[in-house]
Amino acid sequence: METTVDNNLITRPENILGRVITSAKIRDAVKGIKRIKRSHRQIKAENVFRKTIILVALATVVLVLGIMLTLILQSVLSVKASGIGYLWGKTWDPVRDIFGAYPFILGTILTSFLALFISIPFSFAVAIFLGEYYPKGWLPNLLKNTVELIAAVPSVIYGFWGLAVLVPIVRSFETKIGVAPVGLGIFTSSLILAIMIIPYAASLGQSMIKMVPANLKEAAYSLGATRWEVIRSVILPYTKSGLFAGILLSLGRALGETMAVTMVIGNTTLIPKSIFAPGNTMASVIANEFTEADHPVYLSALIELGLVLFLVTVVINLIGKRLTKQFTN
Amino acid sequence: MKIVNKLALSAIAIVVSGGLMLTSCNGSGSGTASKSDTTDNTILGAGATFPNPLYSKMFSEYNKSNGLKVNYQSIGSGGGIQQLTAKTVDFGASDAPLNGKQDSALSAPAVHIPATAGAVVISYNLPDLKDTLNFTPEVVAAIFLGEIKKWNDPKIAEINKGVKLPSTDIQVSHRSDGSGTTNIFTTYLCKVSKDWETKVGKGSAVNWPVGLGGKGNEGVAGGVKQTPGGIGYVELAYACQNNMAYGKLKNKAGNFILPSISSVTAAANIEIPADGKVSLTNTDAPDGYPISGLSWILVYKEQKYNDRSLDKVTKMLKLVQWMIHDGQQYSGALNYAPLSAKAVAVGDAILKSVTYDGKPVLQ
Repeated sequence: METTVDNNLITRPENILGRVITSAKIRDAVKGIKRIKRSHRQIKAENVFRKTIILVALATVVLVLGIMLTLILQSVLSVKASGIGYLWGKTWDPVRDIFGAYPFILGTILTSFLALFISIPFSFAVAIFLGEYYPKGWLPNLLKNTVELIAAVPSVIYGFWGLAVLVPIVRSFETKIGVAPVGLGIFTSSLILAIMIIPYAASLGQSMIKMVPANLKEAAYSLGATRWEVIRSVILPYTKSGLFAGILLSLGRALGETMAVTMVIGNTTLIPKSIFAPGNTMASVIANEFTEADHPVYLSALIELGLVLFLVTVVINLIGKRLTKQFTN
Repeated sequence: MKIVNKLALSAIAIVVSGGLMLTSCNGSGSGTASKSDTTDNTILGAGATFPNPLYSKMFSEYNKSNGLKVNYQSIGSGGGIQQLTAKTVDFGASDAPLNGKQDSALSAPAVHIPATAGAVVISYNLPDLKDTLNFTPEVVAAIFLGEIKKWNDPKIAEINKGVKLPSTDIQVSHRSDGSGTTNIFTTYLCKVSKDWETKVGKGSAVNWPVGLGGKGNEGVAGGVKQTPGGIGYVELAYACQNNMAYGKLKNKAGNFILPSISSVTAAANIEIPADGKVSLTNTDAPDGYPISGLSWILVYKEQKYNDRSLDKVTKMLKLVQWMIHDGQQYSGALNYAPLSAKAVAVGDAILKSVTYDGKPVLQ
C-alpha cells in the first residue's frame, strides 16, 4: 500500500507540470509567429548562457588542477633530491641544499589551530548575538559592519599593527609568566590570525542562526525553555553544520595567511619548543625566500613547500566535509 | 552569506592569478622580448633591490637629459639573473657575481659592470650606552653563531675598554627573506671565521643558528629597535636614514673603521680584476670598511640576440657608461658609496668589450 501512495505522490506533480507545459504551448501557438521567434531567440540565449556557465565552471576546475600539476612538475627536482624525508627533515639549509619542511609544517598547523581555538568563542558570540538576540537595530548593524570590515583590512596592516602594538604587549606578558621575552612568535601570530579569521565563522554562523525556523524556537519556549536552553538545544544543534562550515572557512584562511604572520612569527628555522617560541610557517617561508632562491634545487624545494601547503589544505577540507556530514546526519 | 560569495570570488581571482604566475615563470621570454623591440626607446632591467633607490634616481635624471625610458623592476638579484637568463630583460642587476650554476644556465657569456657600492653595518640597541662599540670579526661571528650570549661577555669587554657594558642578553636579528645584504654579510663571516664557514656558510639565505628573522631591512631594524640588547645587520643607507646606532669594525689591516660612504669607497680602492667580479668583503685597503660590496649591472657580452637593434644596444650601453661616470654624483645624497677610480676604469674596459655581431659597440 505504502509504495503506491508514494508513487502517486511522485507522479502527481509531474502530471501537473505536464499540464502546465501543454497549456503554455497552446497559448504560444495562439499568440502567433512573432512570439515563437522571440522564444527561439530566448532558447538560443539560454543555451549560450548555459554553455558559458559550464565553461567558466570547468575552467575553475582546470585551473586548480593546473596549479596542482605545475606544483608537482616543478617540485620533481626537490623530491628527487630530498625524497620523502623532506616532510620530517628538521634542517632547512639552502647553503648545503638540505631541505626539511618539518619546522614549517609544524608552525603552520600550530598557528592555525591555536588561532582557531582563540577565535571560536568570539565568532560564535558574535553570531549568536547578531543572529538571535539583536538581529535588527543600529547597534547590531554597526557590529555586523565592523566584523565584516575585519575581513576587508589588508593583512599587511595587521602585520604592522601586530609588530607595533601586539608584540610589546605580548613581550611584557611573557616577562610576567617567565618565558623568554621575545614578543615575536607562534603565540603572537596566532593572536593576529584569530582576529583576522573571526568574521568568517561569525558571518556564516549569524545567517545560519537567523534561518532557524521560528516555530521550532516558539515550540521550545512554549514548553518553558529559557533563552539559553533554546540556544543550546534548538539553535546550536540546528545550525551545527553551518557553524562548522564557518570554522572550516576560518581555518582555510589561517593556513594560507602569509604577510601578517611573516611579520610577527620571528622567522626562524628552529623547531618551536613552546607556543611562545619563534617559528615559521610554510606560506611565510615561500614569501620570504622565493625571490632570492638562486639555485634550481632551492627553488624546487620552495615549490614543493607550496605543494605540501596545497595538500594540507585539501586534506583538512576533506576531513571538514566528512565531519560536517557526520554532524548533520 | 554575502561575505562567503565575496570570498569565493576572491579565491577564484587568486587561483587565476596564481596560475598565470606559475605558467609565466615557466614560459620562455620570446613574447616579452619581441614586444620590447617595438618600443625602441625603452630599456628593460630587473634585479637587485639594494641599489634600487639610486638606480631609480639615475634613470629619472638620464630620462630628463636623454629621453630614454628605463623600466627597472627591483625583484631581487636572483630574479634579475633568472630574467636575464630567459632574455626577457635588457640588463640584469645583482649584489653578488653570478655563481657557477647561474653562469652555466646562461646561453651566452655575460659581463659584470660594477655600478655602485654599499655596506652592511652592525646595528645594536643598548639604550644606556653613549659610546660607539668596537667589534672584531671573531666577536661578530661568535655573536651570530650564538656563542656570545651576553653583552658584558669578556670578549666584547676586551675590545671596548672603559665602556660600561650591561649584562643584557644579546638578541640577534637577521633577514628572513633571501637578500644580497645577507649574502655580503655571510660572505664576510665565511672569510673571517672558519667556524662560520663550516657551520653556516654563505648565501642569500642561510640556516641561522640563532636569532629572529625580520622581513627586509625594516624588519631587522624593527627587531633591533624594539628589543633592548638587540643586534642585527642592515644596509648602511638604511641605518643612516633611520638614525640607528652602529659599531666600528676591525678590518684586515687591524684598524677599527666606522662604516661611512668614504670608508666604503676606500674599500673598493683595491686592485679590481679585469672581469669586475671581486668581493670587497674583508678588504685589504687599510682605511676600508670590511663588510662592503659592489653591486653589478649584468649584460650579455654579445648583444645581437632576439632581433635587438644596434640602436637600442648602443643606447643601453651609453646609459650604463653614464651611470658609472656622471651618474655617480647622485650616490652621496642617497647614502651610496661612489665607485672608486679603479672600479670605474675596470667598468669602462668591460663596457668597451661588449660586442654587437662581433664588433665592439662603444669606442
